[in-house]
Amino acid sequence: MASEGHGHDLPGLAHHFDSYAQQRDSATLGMWTFLVTEILFFGGLFAAYGVYRSLYPEVFRASSHTLSIQLGTFNTVVLIASSLTMALAVRGGQTGKGKLAAALLVLTLILGSVFLVVKGFEYHEKFVEHHVPGASFHFEGPDAPHAQLFFSLYFLMTGLHALHMIIGIVLVGYVAIRAASGAYTPENYNFLEGTGLYWHFVDLIWIFLFPLLYLIGRH
Amino acid sequence: MTTTPSAARTAGAAMPDGSPRTHYLNATYGLKSWLLTRDHKRIALLYLVSISVFFALGGLMAVLIRMELATPEGDLFQPDIYNRLFTMHGVLMIFFFLIPGIPAVLGNFLIPLMIGARDLAFPRINLLSWYLYSIGGLFTLWALLHGGVDTGWTFYTPLSTNYVNTSVITVGVGIFIAGFSSILTGLNFVVTIHRMRAPGLTWFRLPLFVWGAYATSLIQILGTPVIAIAILLVAAERTLHIGIFDPKLGGDPILFQHLFWFYSHPAVYIMILPSMGVVSELVATFSRKPIFGYKFVAFASIGIAVLGFFVWGHHMFVSGQSIYAGVIFSVLSMLVAVPSAIKVFNWTATLYKGSISWDTPMLYALGFIGLFTIGGLTGVMLATLGIDAHVHDTYFIIAHFHYIMVGGAIMGYLGGLHFWWPKITGRMYPLFWSKLSAIVIFIGFNVTFFPQFILGYLGMPRRYHSYPPEFQVLNVMSSAGATVLGLGYLMPLVYFIWSIRYGPKAPSNPWGATGLEWQTTSPPPVENFLTQPIVTAPPYTYPAPKRAPEVTRGV
Ligand code: HEM
Ligand SMILES: [Cu+2]
Repeated sequence: MASEGHGHDLPGLAHHFDSYAQQRDSATLGMWTFLVTEILFFGGLFAAYGVYRSLYPEVFRASSHTLSIQLGTFNTVVLIASSLTMALAVRGGQTGKGKLAAALLVLTLILGSVFLVVKGFEYHEKFVEHHVPGASFHFEGPDAPHAQLFFSLYFLMTGLHALHMIIGIVLVGYVAIRAASGAYTPENYNFLEGTGLYWHFVDLIWIFLFPLLYLIGRH
Repeated sequence: MTTTPSAARTAGAAMPDGSPRTHYLNATYGLKSWLLTRDHKRIALLYLVSISVFFALGGLMAVLIRMELATPEGDLFQPDIYNRLFTMHGVLMIFFFLIPGIPAVLGNFLIPLMIGARDLAFPRINLLSWYLYSIGGLFTLWALLHGGVDTGWTFYTPLSTNYVNTSVITVGVGIFIAGFSSILTGLNFVVTIHRMRAPGLTWFRLPLFVWGAYATSLIQILGTPVIAIAILLVAAERTLHIGIFDPKLGGDPILFQHLFWFYSHPAVYIMILPSMGVVSELVATFSRKPIFGYKFVAFASIGIAVLGFFVWGHHMFVSGQSIYAGVIFSVLSMLVAVPSAIKVFNWTATLYKGSISWDTPMLYALGFIGLFTIGGLTGVMLATLGIDAHVHDTYFIIAHFHYIMVGGAIMGYLGGLHFWWPKITGRMYPLFWSKLSAIVIFIGFNVTFFPQFILGYLGMPRRYHSYPPEFQVLNVMSSAGATVLGLGYLMPLVYFIWSIRYGPKAPSNPWGATGLEWQTTSPPPVENFLTQPIVTAPPYTYPAPKRAPEVTRGV
């Protein structure tokens, strides 16, 4: 298997790894570690959210009620569906069914784009209602001055999430092309799997954002 | 262990020193072969060059600061220029020299060698880290040319968000990007240490440098994203006035301090843990004894990394946090001193009855132990609420952290460079000059920073360009010491560069050290080992191999 000093020449196995298993384990551990850093990245915003929601509970509830629960729910369903297609696509890559994987990835990509378009409509609505923080911000209700904090956090958190979605869509597009050309084999579908983990993670962030932002006090 | 030993590899990795042979330095030539390299050893050298540039720039700012402080009047610089000087000094030294410093240079070079691997787990990401670091650095330099920043390296709000109009965002972007480089380096190290160890290299056979690098990586992975988001929020606050840190809009400036120190306290351990790892290697090698209490030292690294995340409030004792929080943070801070002290005791116990040789790396290591102890003990003093209320924001703080970051971290870094230089370049440096440099740096350092403890205790505040005349004597001492220290730092620069061309050839194992990196040739071949090493013994099985005559004979 190994030639002297220079490892091996197996297809799809990088020179510094001894085996496919070692390469896959490294890729998986690397991706999980990366996702841990992502949790802490969002963690700063969740901390800020926690502080201000506990300081100004009334106005957070009132502001939350201006968000469209229908659109939010719709988007949640869209994302969960996209996680399913993604999981199936990874399975396809793993079992060597490149064409099937590519088709499922395209479906994932479409669902992700639907999410972003709906999000765009929601943002537009906020613009029209003057709920975007800044000079023209306007809000009626109890403790109105602090409503801006809610909307700052709303835009920061959903905006950062949307940015992750955009990166994810680019990645999914890339692995779709690679999958169609048969790049993934049962030995090495690591990049596809990593992209899948990332996609599920971004969905999961939304699963937390949705109740925290849309559902305050609606139980 | 997931390493599957491949069939054709045999035990043992040493190769006789044949003269003309290819190694990682001469395998390929040309700028492109360096800028597109994925060899961890070459990437380490890219880092070495770039962090040296930032060290020199940061050092230049320090020289200007000490020049201004030689006289009580603020006669050399306007106050706002002075503010920019100390801010840029801190930013360059912390974010662009010390944090990437030892992990990225020595860690990159050594981790694969020490664990018997051919490279890090993700060589391409490793190169990407260096590019991210460089891009971040360029942003910062660009901002520097446009006047720099004047908020202090801590970027406290609301000063940084609502008041100053210097390049806060540009430098913030620079630090943000460099932060991702740091995260990726940490990630690469963690995966490498978990997945790439040679057959037989169990966790408790790892050299202590690797344990230190592992603990450092944990902090890089868990802490850095938080400062990234804090910087993002400052930038958003400056451009969009979103109010998160603005009391006028219901926000809270103290939240920034929490986010900032949640990273920046652990970050001080990013700077010191790798040096502690270096010192463990040096103390064992040059006392020719196994390290005393190996497991304690290894777990102390992890303990420091974990505890370090729970003490950030000690920077905010007088920022108006609740007294109960203050007390808890005070106690927790004193707890971090425990694993630090364990290390110092264990190094001392290793020295005890060892057969000590006074080589250059050892001089640096002993310097580290002394200076780190002073820095750590004053840290415990600062963790005491009553003392901190008195000396917070004075020169006492400056002295405390310089004893650790300059006296400790940089001494360790230089000790490591001197120790592994023969391995990195295949050359020896002049023994006399290098020993002299260690002594000059030690003396220069103490003359510079010890007076600052006294100044701070007497009440001289930090971050002002003028001071009452009665403080002048101690300040002149400090500036004089800084000159000596600066000369001390120039010496290695000169003889290291000299040695690349004129230094005598180094053998594979000049210090007679254990450790896989010494079993391959100097400089190592591209793939590190000609045959896969297999490990059968714990580290530091001293007294072991004979020291090479080149070292004892001198140059
Ligand atoms: C032995 C454990 C340590 C303890 C108990 C400790 C304690 C403290 C305390 C209480 C402060 C805050 C003082 C104030 O602002 O009023 C402080 C400041 C500082 N310490 Fe330490 N420290 C320790 C180790 C370290 C290490 C290892 C480093 C660096 C490698 C370090 C670097 C710093 C820095 C940079 C500051 C000042 C930050 C600033 O305000 O600009 N400390 N330390
Ligand atoms: Cu601290």
